[in-house]
Amino acid sequence: MSAEGQEHLWDKEVEGHRTYEDVRIFTDEQLKNYTEEELKEFKIKHDTPMADELEKGPWPSVISDIKREALHRRKLGQENLQGPMECCEDLLGQLELSYIDMETHWKHGGIIGVFGYGGGVIGRYSDAQEKFPAIWAFHTLRINQPSSKFYTTDYLRGMCDVCEYRGSGIMNMHGSTGDTVFLGAVTEQLEPIFFDLTHDLGVDLGGSGSNLRTPSCCIGKARCEFAMIDTQDMCYEMTMHYQDELHRPAFPYKFKFKFDGCPNCCVASIARADMSYIGIWRDNIRIDQEAVKAYVAGEIAPNAGAFSGRDWGPFDIQKEVIDLCPSKCMSWDGNELKINDAECVRCMHCINVMPRALRVGADQGLCLCFGAKAPILEGAQMSTLTIPFMYTEKPYDNLKEIVDKVWDWWMEEGKNRERLGELIQRFGLRQFLEVLEIPAMPQMVKEPRSNPYVFFKEEGSAWWLEERH
Amino acid sequence: MSKGKFGYYDPENPMKDRITDIGPPHYWQMFPPIIRRNYGKWLYHEILEPGVLMHVSETGEKVYTVRVGQPRLVTAENIREICDIADKYCDGYVRWTTRNAVEFIVDSEEKMKALKQDLESRKHVGGSYKFPVGGTGASITGIVHTQGWFHCHTPATDASGLVKSVHDVLFDYFKNMTLPAKLRVSMACCLNMCGAVHCSDIALLGYHRKPPMIDDEVLDKVCEIPLVVAACPLGAIRPVKVELEDGTKVNSVRVNEQRCMFCGNCYTMCMATPLADKEGDGVAILAGGKISNRITHPKFSKVVVPILPNEPPRWPTVCKTVVQIVEAYAKDARKYERLGDWAARIGWERFFEKTGLPFTWHILDDYRLAYDTYRTTTQFKFTEHAWAVSKAAGGI
Repeated sequence: MSAEGQEHLWDKEVEGHRTYEDVRIFTDEQLKNYTEEELKEFKIKHDTPMADELEKGPWPSVISDIKREALHRRKLGQENLQGPMECCEDLLGQLELSYIDMETHWKHGGIIGVFGYGGGVIGRYSDAQEKFPAIWAFHTLRINQPSSKFYTTDYLRGMCDVCEYRGSGIMNMHGSTGDTVFLGAVTEQLEPIFFDLTHDLGVDLGGSGSNLRTPSCCIGKARCEFAMIDTQDMCYEMTMHYQDELHRPAFPYKFKFKFDGCPNCCVASIARADMSYIGIWRDNIRIDQEAVKAYVAGEIAPNAGAFSGRDWGPFDIQKEVIDLCPSKCMSWDGNELKINDAECVRCMHCINVMPRALRVGADQGLCLCFGAKAPILEGAQMSTLTIPFMYTEKPYDNLKEIVDKVWDWWMEEGKNRERLGELIQRFGLRQFLEVLEIPAMPQMVKEPRSNPYVFFKEEGSAWWLEERH
Repeated sequence: MSKGKFGYYDPENPMKDRITDIGPPHYWQMFPPIIRRNYGKWLYHEILEPGVLMHVSETGEKVYTVRVGQPRLVTAENIREICDIADKYCDGYVRWTTRNAVEFIVDSEEKMKALKQDLESRKHVGGSYKFPVGGTGASITGIVHTQGWFHCHTPATDASGLVKSVHDVLFDYFKNMTLPAKLRVSMACCLNMCGAVHCSDIALLGYHRKPPMIDDEVLDKVCEIPLVVAACPLGAIRPVKVELEDGTKVNSVRVNEQRCMFCGNCYTMCMATPLADKEGDGVAILAGGKISNRITHPKFSKVVVPILPNEPPRWPTVCKTVVQIVEAYAKDARKYERLGDWAARIGWERFFEKTGLPFTWHILDDYRLAYDTYRTTTQFKFTEHAWAVSKAAGGI
């Protein structure tokens, strides 16, 4: 079996699609096996006064949630579970101990996985196993989420059953990179979980280690009028195309793709991906002058009503749009909104403020930035603008060519545990451009260099021409 | 799905019937029908009230989205309850956002109202809301966070407990759209910064304050010494030979404690260099980062509080300090101004004055490109901080 032919596995609009009934482990009686009264009376096996404090207050309490899972497991009984029945209780017990000691009680590291893959599972062992035997091993499985994290309940219920039956019943929805995360599986259950995930749920593991991590994307065209690239499809296609690089670490370090539909960057690609794909347009902002007037007349709330909780006074287009435009390329004469599009930097502000009057341009593509990373080792970096605009079409061959060029270089030159952004820093942007076979442009810098420590190449007679590239 | 210890998996023949490289489920099948019909056809949207969005398509169709806060770490029981709600109101479809909120999508205003009422009525037995509606517009939405003491080996603080505590004190800002702009709070339990700490309006960061302890007896057996040496951003680690008490000579490392700033990266690489410490560990606060390109460029968050103590289970000092920053910003900033834009406009000296945060030498950068962060101009504003320097220098 492969992804081919599985596009409709869970598709409720397609005859013969898989349902929860096809994959379920627990009966309805087993799922509804406790009452609200029993939950109120329920005490876990450890005393956890500090953790219990976190049941108070309005925000949804993790502690309360884990307690109901603990009760549910108790009532299911160990005979109906492959993971340790008391793992939720021991987890809270160990958390309480951490609150007392103000230290983690997880041992360092843990190398674990499934056959055929070099990543996707993060091993974890308790350092207080005699006190908390049910969490002696508490491994994480990263599971590749569907683009933009839309789910059918059939699929989710199947996930819940396998997570609860073979794991701890605890998940992260979602990991910061995007994966659906199962927390707390014991070692011998990793393969059975993986078998069920691939055979019955039709889903694969995500990435971990020095490889391509699980790509993720914003909601894109599914429910946003700003989206200029098909983020879901691009995310899916690139994930599928690079399955080998995702599952079997072959890189100097981790590498992340993220796909944002516009410069609002709702999936934070510019800060959290080595290669950031950001939707962009290159023609003119589409203006509906009548709608602009409706905003000015106060008939439509600015910014779709995002500021309605406070009285900011009547909408003032001059103050709130024209004067805040970073390139000062807009004007309003009381009758017509004008934009000098050649000077516009597409920051999205005017469109965000007046989404009914202004639309992103119709000539759409993407811009590529590279190199974002967290501080370790050489300091935090955002992705740097490298390719200003590209059209692309499924299967995105021109993007894949760029990916391959970048990886060829980084895999050859990158030091152990050196992110792409650090390699660009070490070699200079100039060498990165040579790898990409693109010329330099002023858009690549905030400002030209101020020191005169300029390298020149030795070769070439007509140097004043050649040095330009 | 399979039952029994190994289910369908045969441990004797591990490669038998193995499926690999199938990737995620295809996204299209997970879309509600109304999303499929209007894919790429959206014209505009409105935030009808906190937590409720309406998107209008060129086909004339409208979808209503109700967003609810979630603690990210959730149980199967919680997800099944979400599924029950999604089955009842949303034909069995539901989604999560990039900040770990859940969104229920319906096709009519009536369904939206009934759904919202149902969501707000559900509470845990401890009293907290299960599905608080909010997190849209100029609000504080879900705090992107990490594993903490629940599941990680390198944290300097807890994630879920700290985040719950901060969410409780900021709950009104989640429920209402009263701020000058959206305010993103994020949290990471060590400076690996998994997530968004380096680019958030307010960021909480677990931080150590003591150098690692070196376990000479096992270090060479369990660690690759060159990797430990290379793991240090400040070159504070060198390889050494040491003699154990029993006289055996082993390879190990030494840390130049004057040069160690407790990042913990050597421990990430080597289990024999632990540095977690009850009294030493705490929480730093950063502020002024952003990701969007709106008006100003994306910004890094900056350290504004170098360390606050770990105080489980409620972290009162951290909570109080976060509220202090949010309130000063909410009171003073202009409409559309993100926290970092506000601080940049009024000047960071005014930021420290208005928030009442102490300014200490820890906040002065001293890493590589630090000089670029110093003030090479006579443009500044007088605040109490300035008079203190003038006095100390004997100038006034």
